[in-house]
Amino acid sequence: MFFNSLLTNFAALEVGQHLYWQIGNIRLHGQVFLTSWILLGALLVFISLGTKKMENDPKGLQNLLEFLWDYIRDLARTQIGEKVYRDWMPFIGTLFLFVFVSNWGGALIPWRLIKLPSGELGAPTADINTTIALALLVSLSYFYAGLSNKGWRYFEYYVHPTPIMLPFKILEDFTKPLSLSFRLFGNILADELVVGVLVFLVPLILPIPVMFLGLFTSAIQALIFATLAAYYIGEAVEEHH
Amino acid sequence: MLAFNFFGATEGGLFDINATLPLMAIQVVALTYILNSLFFKPVGNVVEKREKFVSNNIIEAKNKLSEVKKLEADLLTQLQTARTEAQRIVSEAENESDKLYKEALELANNEANASKEKARLEIESQTSAARDQLSKQADDLSELIVNRLILEK
Repeated sequence: MFFNSLLTNFAALEVGQHLYWQIGNIRLHGQVFLTSWILLGALLVFISLGTKKMENDPKGLQNLLEFLWDYIRDLARTQIGEKVYRDWMPFIGTLFLFVFVSNWGGALIPWRLIKLPSGELGAPTADINTTIALALLVSLSYFYAGLSNKGWRYFEYYVHPTPIMLPFKILEDFTKPLSLSFRLFGNILADELVVGVLVFLVPLILPIPVMFLGLFTSAIQALIFATLAAYYIGEAVEEHH
Repeated sequence: MLAFNFFGATEGGLFDINATLPLMAIQVVALTYILNSLFFKPVGNVVEKREKFVSNNIIEAKNKLSEVKKLEADLLTQLQTARTEAQRIVSEAENESDKLYKEALELANNEANASKEKARLEIESQTSAARDQLSKQADDLSELIVNRLILEK
């Protein structure tokens, strides 16, 4: 049966298989940490090289890093507002860089060549744990931002502009992390699966446009994640009149 | 059950949430601090220093430009006043010389008139004196003639 053979093909892609690390009582997805350490290490090396010798007339890597910094600042400033964007810029920037590096690293590096006893290496953002961790951090951040900036007046936001909004605003606190995590997880996993299936079925040429589409999606997802995180923080610190 | 198996069988699966989640969260928080001290702060310092430098320079240039414009206007008014002052002085001198010329002319005229009058008076007095003398001589002569005529007779 075709359906069954398709399933076995998927099984060959090892969907949902993990490399388990057992530390005491807790179990970890080892492949997620391995790829994230490699990618973040590369990112940190790249940044250290770029900021090693900072000059007033930027050259080479410093130029690129300054462009990146400016891009993140603009993102944070437009979403959070002039007053507090400085406090949140490192967090927004880290989210953007982490998601971007994870997505692109997952798509660009041929991880499949490295054989693991179980599971396979891939984008860390294709694991639900990573995206939920990021989304929960965003939730904690906007609560903290709202409370630290406005104190208890933060909760005025829930009845703004009318108290009818209260249930919806409470519901939003749950849907925000849910949508953030599942959007990122779904997009990256879907991209990996599509590329994986296409490579499995037609190993030549055909997967290449899909791979480019995947790179595009990956960059867009990083931007969307960072922009939404900044928007939620901005919403929490915004003053209502 | 088929779908569940597809998503990862009994162990693991796509939605297998475990300690990876909190550890990843801690890792991201740590990364935030590392990137802040390694990337955002130093690059921000350099960029903002440069932005401040540029904006300071622009402000300074603007100040200098306005100063130049002010000085230019100042100079223009000074030039204007100098020009009117010069005009005033020239016309004053012209008036003065005109006045002096007229005075001198009048004086010369008066003097000439006076000497002319004096000369006329002198001429008149001399004329009358000469006439007197002439009439006296004529009298003498006539008397002489008369005497001679009388004596010859």
